[in-house]
Amino acid sequence: MRSDRQNRTPMGLKIAAAAGLAFLHLPLLLIFVYAFTTEDKSYQFPPPGLTLKWFAVTWNRPDVWDALTLSVKVASISTVVALVLGTLCAAAISQTRFFGREAISLLVILPIALPGIITGISLRSAFNLAEIPFSFWTIVLGHATFCVVVVYNNAVARFRRMSGSLIEASMDLGADGFQTFRHVILPNIGTALLAGGMLAFALSFDEVIVTTFTAGQQATLPIWMLEELVRPRQRPVTNVVAMVVVLVTFLPILAAYYLTRDGDQISGQGK
Amino acid sequence: MPHAVTFQQVSRHFGAVRAVDAVDLEIAPGEFFAMLGPSGSGKTTCLRLIAGFEQPTSGHIEIFGETAEGVPPYRRHVNTVFQDYALFPHLNVADNVAYGLMIKGVGRAERAREAEAALEMVKLPGYGGRKPGQLSGGQRQRVALARALVNKPKVLLLDEPLGALDLKLREQMQEELKALQRALGITFVFVTHDQGEALSMADRVAVFNEGRIMQTGTPHEIYRRPQTRFVADFVGSSNVLSPDLTARLGGPRQWASLRPEDIRLDTDGHHRGRVIAASFLGSATRITLEIDGETLSVLLPSGSAVPEPGEEVAFSWSPGDLHVMGDEA
Repeated sequence: MRSDRQNRTPMGLKIAAAAGLAFLHLPLLLIFVYAFTTEDKSYQFPPPGLTLKWFAVTWNRPDVWDALTLSVKVASISTVVALVLGTLCAAAISQTRFFGREAISLLVILPIALPGIITGISLRSAFNLAEIPFSFWTIVLGHATFCVVVVYNNAVARFRRMSGSLIEASMDLGADGFQTFRHVILPNIGTALLAGGMLAFALSFDEVIVTTFTAGQQATLPIWMLEELVRPRQRPVTNVVAMVVVLVTFLPILAAYYLTRDGDQISGQGK
Repeated sequence: MPHAVTFQQVSRHFGAVRAVDAVDLEIAPGEFFAMLGPSGSGKTTCLRLIAGFEQPTSGHIEIFGETAEGVPPYRRHVNTVFQDYALFPHLNVADNVAYGLMIKGVGRAERAREAEAALEMVKLPGYGGRKPGQLSGGQRQRVALARALVNKPKVLLLDEPLGALDLKLREQMQEELKALQRALGITFVFVTHDQGEALSMADRVAVFNEGRIMQTGTPHEIYRRPQTRFVADFVGSSNVLSPDLTARLGGPRQWASLRPEDIRLDTDGHHRGRVIAASFLGSATRITLEIDGETLSVLLPSGSAVPEPGEEVAFSWSPGDLHVMGDEA
């Protein structure tokens, strides 16, 4: 039910809302603007001139490519790990009853609720204790902790909506466990997994805190940007990379939103 | 020929709960068999034991002479119509019906032909292209039936198949199910809590209570000659008479059952009682009589004179209507 009174928003509230949104999103625009500036030492406003040369410079910087490749590899593998573990875990929690089920459900979600710095420090000391050298795989492991949660949350929501008798119906009609997974479970949770996977990829791609604790000498793209900001030369290169990061993380989240907006909430967007 | 389904001392316990407790059961091939009981009586667990979704804690199950325990659902020649129909929401009606055939590796054209034939059998020809979400409850039920029958099961299990349908549709489906079963000759085992449904459709009925079978028999036997107080009360809400009351009404000092519709009010009746309540049911009127602190319910056919509450009336019944159940029924 909607009354006229509710539709009439006071002017003050409209302005406040607009100001809030502007405060959140104008800095993003500023990043884009500085990618085109002709001045490369300090961020001077307004830019003295506009140029596209930083795109060429960025393209020819091997360190950018290294960082980008590493980030894509880490995000891809973390996502695959998260898809497998998150789906299995969601299936176990939603389809069966066993002792400690609630506790496990909580423990799985915990990494996303914990501050990244705690996850990072604890993983680092664990790696030290176990004498595991920092490598590509320690970064993947760190990222997988929170990527699993995202996939799990999406999958578990879908599993709950799925009638339990669907699986029994499939078995009843002659399908074994694998056939049931392929023909009934996967088609029903597919979009949730896709959405969860895309979110996991985006989360991993721009992760800084856990990465600083679990990476050795390697720099993922966000870490590289952090280091780059300190350098006084060729600063707009960072802005060009930032634009790429925004696009690479924003598009999957948008896609995930459209894939699951019919009913499912996307969990873990906030991290 | 072996029995379609045999249970020998089958129990299924969930922790301390004895969902099914030492049940013996024999279902003949081609029989329309009903498992009747209140919720939690173990009837659905028995159905799931036949389907293979549950394994017995102890006891032995045979389906057409083959040992069933340890055999997973997908290797049993048994199909189920689920209470919530469990149609696959991502598949259209034709693919739902053809699912079992697809799993068996039947070719696409053959599958489509058999699915359409099955849909025709349940009076839904041409519905193959629709999604389950676009169908009404009654149509979904027919699709679920077609999806099970297309596999030509040896036993068809139906779990409260008509529970979600409205009265009119339910009566229509009862007749269709009965006709279908007769035409196909497949053993049907169906679970229901509705005694009317069980009595009108089944060849034989097993009445369940607290994990045990109280009585098995034809609808007529179950209705006319209940062996226990529970059966007498659950099937048709018979008057269960205590040994004292039975004796006072001229019978032996034992538990007995007397159907409300068998009691007549007439002036030359041998017994007297006081009317304490009357309620109009449409096709009949139910009145409650008090006899020395115990109550009897009487169904009067519509059109007969209904006494006022407080009135003293005389009543009688034909010899043989009073069914004596024994000392410890």
